[in-house]
Amino acid sequence: MPIIGPIRAVAAGADLIAETVDAPRVSVEWRPPLRRLQPDPATDAANEIAVARLLAARPAWVGIGRALDLIPGMRADLLLHAGPPLRWEDASGPLRGALDGALRLEGRDSADLEPCHHHQAVGPMAGVISASMPVVVVADETSGQRAYSNLNEGLGKVLRYGANDEAVLDRLRWMAAELAPDLARALAAGPVDLTAINSKALQMGDELHNRHRAATSLLFRELAVRGLSGQSLKFVDSNDYFYLNLVMAAAKAACDAAADVARSSLVVAMARNGTEFGVRVSGLGDRWFTAPAPVPTGLFLGSYTQEDANPDIGDSAITETYGLGGFAMAAAPAIVQYVGGDVETARNATLEMYEITLAENPNHQVPALNFRGTPTGIDLRRVVETGIPPLINTGIAHRRAGVGQIGAGLTRAPIEPFLDAFRALNA
Amino acid sequence: MLKAELRPREYHDSIVLMLASRRMLDVPGTESAMAAMATPLNLELMQEAGLWGSELEGAGPDDLVLAARGEQAAAAVAAGLSALTERAAARASGGQPPPRTVKTAARFLGGANLAVVSVPGEHATWASWDALAAGLNVFCFSDNVSVADEVLLKDEALRRGLLFMGPDCGTAIVDGVGLGFWNAVPQGRIGIVGASGTGIQQLSCLLAHQGVGISHAIGVGGRDLSPEVGGRMTREAIRRLDSDADTDLIVVVSKPASAELSARKPLVQALLAPGVDLTEVALRVGGGKLPDDPPPPRPDRVSGIFSGGTLRDEAALIWGQDPRFSAVDYGADEYTRGRPHPMIDNTIRLDAIRRAEGLIYLDVVLGRGAHPDPAAELAPALRGRTATVVLIGTAGDPQGLDRQRTAFEAAGARVYLSNSRAARALL
Repeated sequence: MPIIGPIRAVAAGADLIAETVDAPRVSVEWRPPLRRLQPDPATDAANEIAVARLLAARPAWVGIGRALDLIPGMRADLLLHAGPPLRWEDASGPLRGALDGALRLEGRDSADLEPCHHHQAVGPMAGVISASMPVVVVADETSGQRAYSNLNEGLGKVLRYGANDEAVLDRLRWMAAELAPDLARALAAGPVDLTAINSKALQMGDELHNRHRAATSLLFRELAVRGLSGQSLKFVDSNDYFYLNLVMAAAKAACDAAADVARSSLVVAMARNGTEFGVRVSGLGDRWFTAPAPVPTGLFLGSYTQEDANPDIGDSAITETYGLGGFAMAAAPAIVQYVGGDVETARNATLEMYEITLAENPNHQVPALNFRGTPTGIDLRRVVETGIPPLINTGIAHRRAGVGQIGAGLTRAPIEPFLDAFRALNA
Repeated sequence: MLKAELRPREYHDSIVLMLASRRMLDVPGTESAMAAMATPLNLELMQEAGLWGSELEGAGPDDLVLAARGEQAAAAVAAGLSALTERAAARASGGQPPPRTVKTAARFLGGANLAVVSVPGEHATWASWDALAAGLNVFCFSDNVSVADEVLLKDEALRRGLLFMGPDCGTAIVDGVGLGFWNAVPQGRIGIVGASGTGIQQLSCLLAHQGVGISHAIGVGGRDLSPEVGGRMTREAIRRLDSDADTDLIVVVSKPASAELSARKPLVQALLAPGVDLTEVALRVGGGKLPDDPPPPRPDRVSGIFSGGTLRDEAALIWGQDPRFSAVDYGADEYTRGRPHPMIDNTIRLDAIRRAEGLIYLDVVLGRGAHPDPAAELAPALRGRTATVVLIGTAGDPQGLDRQRTAFEAAGARVYLSNSRAARALL
């Protein structure tokens, strides 16, 4: 019997030592960790539990209704917003515009501000949700965990980018009065299986943060069969991003199912409010760890440039937290120009994210990676070990309220919140 | 002329940096040069060497610094940089990004079963833990791992049915594959378990000189048989050799141990103590003969300038308290901080030879991992001196035992294959 067997070696450290091993060998591109790491079996065990919940999640769209009636803790005098908590005076242009619009929509002069994330909710870009807005209800059928998001308004002048003229508010009123009841009738036939749509869409070229063309099309078919009425069905058809808010709620339900596991270093939320970027960790409860939000780089529409870009904004990085978006870039060759223009770069972006994640999600397979599951479940410790910050695909908002989306691209999460959370986990 | 350059967040392992330093010194007219990570210790060394430039202000341990003083200082720094880039270029392979963690590297190489860990000691526990979690046996060359971490790692290895060889493990030969510093010795039926790398090398070479081979040599780290570690890995290694069909007899090389050892097969304990030496054990289990030794000189004074700790200890035990003898291990931590090991780089021992009085006693370790031609540098320094050289190596080693012997003898040294015989000849 051999002692080990035919040696196949992984080498970490000095090349001159690795080179003494005459056997098949691969070398780690080792660099000193940003902080010294110490093994902790309790954290390993906690992460196993937490990431198992993330992988076990089966989110489904189960309902739709008024935010005031559905979102836990929602009040008439409360506006929810994307990202970690912030004060009115710290809000960037697009968020300010969205908040002003929501106040007018509700006929109010003032309201309190709280993050969507504090109410089991998520919203793209400004992420503003007010009491009268319709929201979707997504439930993880495994854990029972529920999550909420608003309905996507479409492209162009929209509240989520800070536009708030009467046309914007009229559309929101129509969505509450017509679209939501129509969707409710369609949902009466039963939940829509979002897990199934996510799986199929990834195999049809979506990464489910910046590209939803396949997912929205699949949803369109589902809703059409359920008899969604003409105008509402047209609205879904006209907006490739209609599915975004649903996948965000799905990711939120899954991530919340994995939250609050003591000692776990699993990241359960990444979100930006246009001013700050924030991270939450399963083993660290409700705490946010924040840093200034980075300004994304990418492709700009028309004559807009980097100068016009607002710092990163939106709860949509919940998709990356769930192993989609930037983490699933290899699935979306159609939008590789966001990551530098070639398919190999997109594939390598996903491969790099395996370095900082705990698992691969078998429900989220990528054909170009031989049907390997997307890298899922960011381990804070791996971010600290490798210095690789999570990659986030994102829309780029103009820094002035109301101009809207001026581009799309990618950004890296700032590293400081991860270092701070790491310190807190080891405190 | 001084030239200094700071390269933020560029990492190279210490051995590579030392080779780059050598390349810098090779540039004609260079008085002093160094390439190093900017640790407080290295910065201090650079200041002492007159290599401080304002360019290095603010450098931290994650930054690379290069500095040279001499006629062509800029050319020297450029030579250092090109030595580093050559290595980096040699590593980059194909389109796929290289793995950054042991975990992902293990996935890169299908069937990986061993990790060779030689990262700086403070990070070795994490890298080793990662390897064990990935189901890899570990050869841990890194030193400066705490006893508590050693116990943690060994218990985890045993729980998973894996070997943890180390820490500070210099040598192993497992399933026909050498790891670290090892000699080309024949396959045979003697299994070695060793707490000492040079001990394993001396024993396996002395067996080879008798025409006797080994089945495996399993390193366990210098502290394995200490009361704190309690022989955890020695016992596991013995258990594996007990069930190995290729092993007839087991030799344990260690300092005197507190742990009780037993085996089903014949067990010989080479526990270094007065009256026990590796040569005696090698002859007992080998059942052969060693070539005759050269006639002993009659020195008034002997300066033992060692590279192997076990070889120093073995000689020191023989020489006892006799004031004519001194025995220094230049491979000990106090001499290797910020410098390469004397088995790789002869500089520190060349200095010691120049300063030494009386007969110079050198151990010269050949084989993989060691300096490619130690005689080329050491033999000229011995010319005109009285010298004893112990060659630890075999005909199959890349340096060539005969070539090394001839070079040392041409310089007037007496050459031995057995450390204890050479030491005893001087009494």
